[in-house]
Amino acid sequence: MKPFTLNHAQSANEALASLAGGATAIAGGTNLVDLMKLQIATPDELVSIRRTGLDAITPENDGLRIGALVTNADCAADLRVRKSWPLLAKAILAGASPQLRNRATTGGNLCQRTRCGYFYDTTQACNKREPGSGCAAREGFNRIHAVLGTSDACIATYPGDMAVALLALDAVVHVEGPQGARTISVGEFHRQPGDDPGRDNVLERGELITAVTLPAPTGGRQIYRKVRDRASYAFALISVAIDLSMEGDRIARCALAFGSLGTVPWRDPAVEAVLVGERPSPALFDKAADVLLRDARGFGKNDFKIALARRALAATLHEATKG
Amino acid sequence: MRLPLADLYNKPDERNLLDHTRQGIIGKPLDRPEGPLKVSGSATYAAEWKLPGCVDGVLVLASIAQGKVTKIHDKAALAMPGVLAVLADKAMLRRPAQGTAGKAPAQDVAKVEYFGQPVALVVAETFEQARDAALALKVEYKAAKSPIPFDPESPDAKVEKAPDRKAVKGGDLDKAMKNAAFSVDVEYDTPGHASAAMEPHATIAEWQDDKLILRGSYQMLAYNVKEIADCLSISPKKVRILSPYVGGGFGSKLGITHEAVAAAIAAKELGRPVRVVMTRQQVFQAVMRRSETRQRVRLACDAGGKLIGLGHEALVSNLPKEQFAEPVTQATEFLYGGDNRLLKVDVARISRMTAGSVRAPGEAVGMQVLEAAMDELAEKIGIDPIELRKRNLPGKVPVQGTAYSSRMLVEALEQGAQAFGWDQRNAQPCQSREGDWWIGMGVASAARVNMLIPAEARVTLKADGTALVETDQTDIGTGSYAILGQIAGEMLGLPIARVTVVLGDTSLPAGAGSGGSFGAISTGSAVMRACEAIRAKLADKLGCDAEALDLKDGVASSGDTSSPLEHLLDGGDIAEIGSIKPGKTALDYAQASYGAFFAEVAVHAFTGETRVRRMTGAFGFGRVLNAKTARSQCLGGMVWGIGSALTEELAFDLRDGHLVNHDLAEYHVPVHADVPAIEVILLEERDAAASPLQAKGVGELGICGAAGAIANAIHNACGVRVRSFPITLDKVLPHLPDPFAPDPFATAA
Repeated sequence: MKPFTLNHAQSANEALASLAGGATAIAGGTNLVDLMKLQIATPDELVSIRRTGLDAITPENDGLRIGALVTNADCAADLRVRKSWPLLAKAILAGASPQLRNRATTGGNLCQRTRCGYFYDTTQACNKREPGSGCAAREGFNRIHAVLGTSDACIATYPGDMAVALLALDAVVHVEGPQGARTISVGEFHRQPGDDPGRDNVLERGELITAVTLPAPTGGRQIYRKVRDRASYAFALISVAIDLSMEGDRIARCALAFGSLGTVPWRDPAVEAVLVGERPSPALFDKAADVLLRDARGFGKNDFKIALARRALAATLHEATKG
Repeated sequence: MRLPLADLYNKPDERNLLDHTRQGIIGKPLDRPEGPLKVSGSATYAAEWKLPGCVDGVLVLASIAQGKVTKIHDKAALAMPGVLAVLADKAMLRRPAQGTAGKAPAQDVAKVEYFGQPVALVVAETFEQARDAALALKVEYKAAKSPIPFDPESPDAKVEKAPDRKAVKGGDLDKAMKNAAFSVDVEYDTPGHASAAMEPHATIAEWQDDKLILRGSYQMLAYNVKEIADCLSISPKKVRILSPYVGGGFGSKLGITHEAVAAAIAAKELGRPVRVVMTRQQVFQAVMRRSETRQRVRLACDAGGKLIGLGHEALVSNLPKEQFAEPVTQATEFLYGGDNRLLKVDVARISRMTAGSVRAPGEAVGMQVLEAAMDELAEKIGIDPIELRKRNLPGKVPVQGTAYSSRMLVEALEQGAQAFGWDQRNAQPCQSREGDWWIGMGVASAARVNMLIPAEARVTLKADGTALVETDQTDIGTGSYAILGQIAGEMLGLPIARVTVVLGDTSLPAGAGSGGSFGAISTGSAVMRACEAIRAKLADKLGCDAEALDLKDGVASSGDTSSPLEHLLDGGDIAEIGSIKPGKTALDYAQASYGAFFAEVAVHAFTGETRVRRMTGAFGFGRVLNAKTARSQCLGGMVWGIGSALTEELAFDLRDGHLVNHDLAEYHVPVHADVPAIEVILLEERDAAASPLQAKGVGELGICGAAGAIANAIHNACGVRVRSFPITLDKVLPHLPDPFAPDPFATAA
């Protein structure tokens, strides 16, 4: 671990001042500290934002405002979340371990970096870690990698669960920075790698996530299906978040997001368009999968994800639409 | 009568002494005496000793697989805060020592043989400083001109016969296959495994004048002393190892490893104690792996379901010149009949970290494949897989003609089947579905060779009527403290509270060490024999024959005479060293522990995910020394079986030979949620050929075949036979029936 200084900001403004001076924000540190031990992240100055008071969950309009420092454990346990946005609680509880969820925060989790083994191994080429060094994963052991949204430079996934649920719930990320406050929809928060995979998201230098807001609940049926190699404490091979409402025997409304399928949490309006207004059937589910996977491309070890996505989608739609 | 105290175990000790002693604690499920220390964090593990002036070393691993270190740019590193030394001493290990090697000649770390090989050590005042400098250290390499392959399947890989294993050949297997009424000829593969012990390899080295003291995490101290001494070219008498608590070994700590040697060299150089703890990633990359295997199994049987031919041929791998080759066919040699047979192991010479003993080397992967193939044969014949196994238990070991000592395989299969509810199984796959899950059941036999190895222990019956057991035997989390105390207490007629066990110090008599399931019976036999000698002296003092001596609750009696031990000892201690060595019984009898596994699994009809719903294991391994620790061993083995069946796999990048998943986040051992209710049935048995205790090894038995039962259950659930472990969902998915079909089995037909 490279030597670093650590300061505790007592307010969001103090934190922003430190960030403007080049500091890196640390909240739970569940990801950042690992990266620092391996010297994948080598900040000289850390500013802890744990004392900034951004840790409340408050009603806002008909929705909910979740402070950036609300821990994953607290968020998943919140009665309002569990009652009206159960998808979010389910997704959070599908990830990590109780110890990690006690520590990890809402804002930090959105900024979680990939689990690509080549990113984590400094002996290997990785454009995300070291721009221009190449991508060893492309022709390497890429079982957990993306089949959508990849580029020549990078095929790594965003590995988390929470953001997938937030995406299906149309959540909004609230940010403050040198240019003032702004909001970013979760769907626009993560960046596809393109030719600049080093930047996982659209946060600008000096910006700090202050909260995530959820719009009014839809009242739909919400399911988070996480497909993985072991029953717990494993990143998703594919996850599906759904918020679906029926009217009679037809699908009236449907929000669908996928984790670990693309380089970013993946939502495709065209898939939802195929489903809305239709009677659920295996054939319809297949058609939705055709649209979802129209541009899917495997890299060898992850080819199976294309077939798996089709079946995971069918399973989720089947569960969400059956009587 | 003279007691058979000779070292060599040449004749089965049929006296069953422990059935005639009266204390009544042998076999009882007593708690481990060190348990409270461990769960309260007060047992001192290797890296936790606080020595004044101790500094930290961090290993630097090679970032190429084959070649030579040409230059280490240590100036910049040495200028970093706190850095004391950068060492690349020739005596440092390239490869860890194999179990029981007892030697580890200096190897010249400048030559790189595999990706991740340690090439240097950076020492600094703090661990963080050392790690920072280790990561910053620039090492120049020259790549090897003619590298060997990374892939055992490469046509360029040199393939040799396993150096430490004889092929078994008998009759004509090809002909038997041709003449068989039913046969299978299948190829399975299993991946490399990591030991994945919770405690990473760690050593604190300290020199006191010319004497070296190592506080470390090792399994077999008497051998480790010789290995480190060999490495450093000093006398083994100058080395003392302290290893009272070990956080798991699973084979990876059998021989001396990189960190111990590096710490010793650095401590000498700096004149200060040096601690070297390998990081999790380093343990994965540099310490022992279990070889991947490719196994061809041929089974030929007659119309009556009796095996007439059996072939088991394996390809494993290791670095050039390593003697160890995963002994895949070890249990196949004696388990089932079939006189026409061919068993052999070949080893491909490749560049990956050293292959060595990992959790039941041989049987763990050999049995899971053999038992899966047996399931395939039973399906072909159309008989119950338990019945197939029962029909094929030979009277003597095929080809070799050796007699069996004791074998409770039939009892294990029958009692396990009853407890599990095997009669509820539908032999036809795809018949049981609960929601989105296919449910299935599978069975497999368990078998693991039994080994007695040389061991000594000292037992002192103190004048105050308490006993002290001392040996360098280790307790790697298995229960050595508990069972050695129980043996002494039983033999000397003392409640367990009056027995103290001191382990893990090489200034004490050399125990067997922990490995190969031999620690308990070997060191336990030494303890028993020391106690026999004490009993003889007590009998003399009481004035009776040793056979007539009765010891219970600290009182010696014979007929009408009795005396509390304190009186009898009259202020004097009695100290005796007991010892045992393998003798003729090892050759005269085929000795093994046996059992049976039953698994119920659920396979997701859409995604192919498999979850084990419950397991039952029934095991016969001679006398049960402690029902609690034995059960825990069996449970742990079955958990490894779940890992072997479903999740564990070392993933290598075949372009540069590096291990991709070198941490516990990506190398998937089963977690709590993967482990369902597991029932363990212990079958009481006596095996006098195995040891004077009539006990056999149990440590590894629970893994030997367990994954086969799970694979067979997967087939029973969804009709998919996967011949490549681990059975991850991507291998199941393409063969699953249509999840929406009302009766997929009918559709398939």
